[in-house]
Amino acid sequence: MELLDKLNILADAAKYDAACTSSGLDRSGRPGTVGSTMMAGCCHSFSADGRCISLLKVLLTNYCVYDCQYCVNRRSNDLPRAAFTPRELCELTMGFYRRNYIEGLFLSSAVIQNPDYTTERMIETLRLLREEYRFGGYIHAKAIPGADPLLTHRLGLLADRLSVNIELPSAQSLSRLAPDKGRQAIFTPMKQIRDGITASKQELKLYRHAPRFAPAGQSTQMIVGATPESDRHILSLTQSLYDKYHLKRVFYSAYMPVSTSPLLPAPQDFQPPLLREHRLYQADWLLRYYHFRAEEILDESQPDLDPRMDPKCCWALRHLDFFPVEVNRADYEALLRVPGIGVRSARRILTARRAGPLTFEGLKRLGVVLKRAQYFLTCSGRAPRGLKISEDGLLRRLIALEAPALAEPMPEQLSLFDSVG
Amino acid sequence: MPWTQVCCCYDGTFPGFLTCVFESYVNKEEPVEFRTPDDPCCSLYPQRTILTHENHAMRVYRSLEGKLGRVGRDLFVRGFLTCLPEKELWLWRFLRMGYSQGPSFLRNLTDPTVDRVRRAVQHLNGEAHQYKGFVRFSDYHGILAGEIEPKNRVLPLLRPHFRGRYPGENLILHDRTHREALFSRPEQWAILPVEDVQLGPPDEAELAYRKLWRSFYDTIAIQGRYNPKYRMGHMPKRYWAMMTEFQKDWDTALPEISNPSCPKKQPLV
Repeated sequence: MELLDKLNILADAAKYDAACTSSGLDRSGRPGTVGSTMMAGCCHSFSADGRCISLLKVLLTNYCVYDCQYCVNRRSNDLPRAAFTPRELCELTMGFYRRNYIEGLFLSSAVIQNPDYTTERMIETLRLLREEYRFGGYIHAKAIPGADPLLTHRLGLLADRLSVNIELPSAQSLSRLAPDKGRQAIFTPMKQIRDGITASKQELKLYRHAPRFAPAGQSTQMIVGATPESDRHILSLTQSLYDKYHLKRVFYSAYMPVSTSPLLPAPQDFQPPLLREHRLYQADWLLRYYHFRAEEILDESQPDLDPRMDPKCCWALRHLDFFPVEVNRADYEALLRVPGIGVRSARRILTARRAGPLTFEGLKRLGVVLKRAQYFLTCSGRAPRGLKISEDGLLRRLIALEAPALAEPMPEQLSLFDSVG
Repeated sequence: MPWTQVCCCYDGTFPGFLTCVFESYVNKEEPVEFRTPDDPCCSLYPQRTILTHENHAMRVYRSLEGKLGRVGRDLFVRGFLTCLPEKELWLWRFLRMGYSQGPSFLRNLTDPTVDRVRRAVQHLNGEAHQYKGFVRFSDYHGILAGEIEPKNRVLPLLRPHFRGRYPGENLILHDRTHREALFSRPEQWAILPVEDVQLGPPDEAELAYRKLWRSFYDTIAIQGRYNPKYRMGHMPKRYWAMMTEFQKDWDTALPEISNPSCPKKQPLV
């Protein structure tokens, strides 16, 4: 088989994995090696679906012994199968990396023979890349659930970031759709990686040249929309993953209809829940950067995110007693709660108000999105001139602000002349 | 007594600009226009032709850190690389504020001058960061060559990144907008003005990698999520012309003629 065909098959097999980033680690290039990494990560291109391409995202092989219903590479699916040899993949990575096509390698694999053998093949590839090709760029590797802990450890010493996909948001869904994978098999490596990272950080404090285990942390992804879990369930799970497992990122992947299994939504006229995924990411940002907790964003009375508005606006509307916030007095946490103020503009407000009191005109210069923030702010005790609005009107205006950005067409106005029934 | 308003003609370089600052303070004249040799029109203000003076420029440069602080100095130096219209004038005002108020003037983010300069530098930094990803190199017999068309002069910002990333490589990065190029070898580098860089035809191996990359790029997109608006938001079309994944025609044509195994395009009859 030609390299081109293999690349097509194995990139096609990997493309549904969203947990693919190049961030979290600064490493400068050293003489004799090729490659460096950036803390902020770097996007090298954007594919036609608008997602960032930063790593060469491929599977080592798509021969799989498992039969997970939601997965394109399941055993029962009739697909062309292929496998890279370690050297082929190294040559390809280096060729792409030198031309600045990619930031590094994202290596995942279907389970060939058994998890241990699969991990060994991945280790062999990464070892070759790091030691023989002297590759210093970013490597993101998937830990294979069920592999021996020693093998996972070796994988973590070669890679920068590890991830274990928890795949589906609840144990019931997982046992229904992925009978070969247990919840325990997923959380065991996650726990091991967490402990490995903590231990490695401790060692590095004592010995400067101690080996670094997954220095860019770990991440995970779950599929949204294939199973009936609510957004509240997903967000609390996310929160606990951040709290307990110190994950860097949790990715959500809207389910794409890749299977005709009766356990999954029927592929005919199934719309992947892209807007829901978008709202979940917005909520995820609130958890990671805005000091929100999952239970603040959603509760029993409201189990799902509002598709019409971002979660921060929703929170603000439910807590109108918290507002208005006085720009010249409020602390950082309070500023972050205001819709239209982000992390950057909140920091800028803190800096700028040391030079003098801020006005609405000045806030615009600081990058505050006033069309959203104006309803929730006062500057030196004054609201924007001419702004008087009821609670109901506020809701309508905020929804109207987002309406043009939403891809879906607005509901049509009913007409008297349409035929009924 | 207010300073006389003049028009400064200088050579367009950063030391030249610093010399203008020096001369303005010595002669107590306030520049209200800056002209470089490229600007055609003349001015209604009295013209002063400033010859670049290394020592005077150095004296101004050394004062920057003390008067503007380290952050302010970096903003000032980077500000000169931006595409801000009348950047010299904005930087002159920026410097005047710094000299009169000290480094704390930077806190006043709502001030029009600070805001303009900060925004321009933010644009420069953003563009440089994007180019770190969007530059495409081609391997010409062991030399990596790439071309860009940036709005700002990003080469000085890209230099440490690419030299750090490829420590053993010979690099050429051509900035078509500003007609300059970064030449880098493991032991030395230079950013030099160039008239035109003609890269010869790529060889077989290079074309093979381009083909692989284009194929990867097309494969990795999920059809069910096709979203061209979102892509354009992150990667505006002005970058596309220089990127391998969008250059469908001009370099794949070559191997298909030399390699008879590839099926030729059927003429439309």
